[in-house]
Amino acid sequence: MKKYLLDLRVKSVEQIHQRYVLIKLTDDKPLPEMLPGQFVEIRVDGSPNTFLRRPISINFVDIEANELWLLVAAVGEGTKKLALLKPGDMLNCLLPLGNGFTMPQSSEERILLVGGGVGVAPLLYMGAQMAKMGCIPTFLLGARTAKDLLMLDIFKSYGRVCVTTEDGSEGEKGFVTNHSLLQNERFDRIATCGPTPMMKAVARYSRKAQTECEASLENLMACGLGACLCCVEKTTEGNLCVCKDGPVFNIRKLLWQD
Amino acid sequence: MARLDVKIKDLELKNPVMTASGTFGYGLEFADLMPLDGIGGIIVKGTTLKPREGNDYPRMAETASGMLNCVGLQNKGVDYFCEHIYPQIKDINTNMIVNVSGSSPEDYAECAARIDALENIPAIELNISCPNVKDGGMAFGVTCAGASSVVKAVRERYHKTLIVKLSPNVTDISEIARAVEAEGADSVSLINTLMGMAIDIERRKTLLSINTGGLSGPAVKPVALRMVWQVAKAVKIPVVGLGGICNSKDAIEFLMAGATAIEIGTANFLDPAVSIKVRDGINEWLDSHGCKSVHEIIGVID
Repeated sequence: MKKYLLDLRVKSVEQIHQRYVLIKLTDDKPLPEMLPGQFVEIRVDGSPNTFLRRPISINFVDIEANELWLLVAAVGEGTKKLALLKPGDMLNCLLPLGNGFTMPQSSEERILLVGGGVGVAPLLYMGAQMAKMGCIPTFLLGARTAKDLLMLDIFKSYGRVCVTTEDGSEGEKGFVTNHSLLQNERFDRIATCGPTPMMKAVARYSRKAQTECEASLENLMACGLGACLCCVEKTTEGNLCVCKDGPVFNIRKLLWQD
Repeated sequence: MARLDVKIKDLELKNPVMTASGTFGYGLEFADLMPLDGIGGIIVKGTTLKPREGNDYPRMAETASGMLNCVGLQNKGVDYFCEHIYPQIKDINTNMIVNVSGSSPEDYAECAARIDALENIPAIELNISCPNVKDGGMAFGVTCAGASSVVKAVRERYHKTLIVKLSPNVTDISEIARAVEAEGADSVSLINTLMGMAIDIERRKTLLSINTGGLSGPAVKPVALRMVWQVAKAVKIPVVGLGGICNSKDAIEFLMAGATAIEIGTANFLDPAVSIKVRDGINEWLDSHGCKSVHEIIGVID
């Protein structure tokens, strides 16, 4: 897919949680085509401490409103600066990067989307694109507490939503892989994004259940284009770039057999 | 429009701007984002005789105005390059230059000889300065005897333009430059990365898998500029300058310090189209200062 370097305009910045902001970007021209699971490399401000681009996954693309949504966890210096953006600010974006999740081939496919923390971000766009083709996704979303569940209402508008919280304040208590759904139902494919221990647990479940599974990785990266070879993951094909060969990998390719 | 063309031995560059090895892939990765044929040359990823997996992740850490990397020359080897990558890049209308590395003079020479056979690769850049591999790389580049031994072996089997990339991790870089000039190098490029380190104080661990890595980016520019100036005075062969160049002003400083051409490295990560902007900026500066050719500013600093 053709890549673009665009100065996008900040339409809104919404603080949806103590640590997370939802940034909506737009442009005068129609935004390029983007696939669920792809990401954007953002130039923060080029200042000495945040001078490399920051990779942020595509949370949602609203074609009618010509909006690109980014769900950003303000955890480091760069993402904290992004959280301070104001409507009207310009953001230099390199996009769309990497490969997306495998989309269902028919509306009959049963697809489970498992996310935790800010890792739920790309699953929204994935689920929305699935719903558009008549394939209703099941989301399994995990968080520490009820208030850490992000964008729950909009997830519910695109599919069935199952929830776990570590303290039991909403949904079933425990981790996503403890949810009764996984004992009671079978899926044709699983897509997961979130903390690595969670994704590894989902991968273990998938192997046992003999279900195809794709995981989206977020290794530290510099270029985003497959040039610097900094973000590599060990795979059955040797070291592969998460930015170019991923960020979505079939778990059979990953050396996660622990 | 000032004249921007420069020559490094037989290598004719339409302008003095090239991209540095390891920061621009094989050029193809950037084809959507800038016209590859608009710059003087593209120095592709370091290539070795045998495939190399490189170092473990993490390989990168951001530091003030720079970054550390310890990629460790991951590449699929020269035969893969010749069979699979060369056909994809041979018709890009600029100088496609291969950066060659190895772990013995014989390795370097064999790798260089295979690339000598490729018609559309007019030059190689010999990497005797990679700080991230144990068996070779910088080990050769930090002594005159080591540097000479590699250049001598390669010169016997490589007949096109030979650029030797020097390490800044030495006491006197001019001495190394003179040693490789004496063995028949057509040009020297400098600087490779400066060996550095960063620590995560909460985890009490270094941020890189092999603890140390090479520092690049604007943080190293003043050091690079000083070394280019010193080396340009010490040798007769053309010098290629690199180290933290982010814009045309930086590039012009290197040209004034004595570089005939420049390479852009880490800045490609910040702006994938930066090299074209640097070319245009050099041209505009020359025009606005009444210079008819870039040669009027090369080496003007005594």
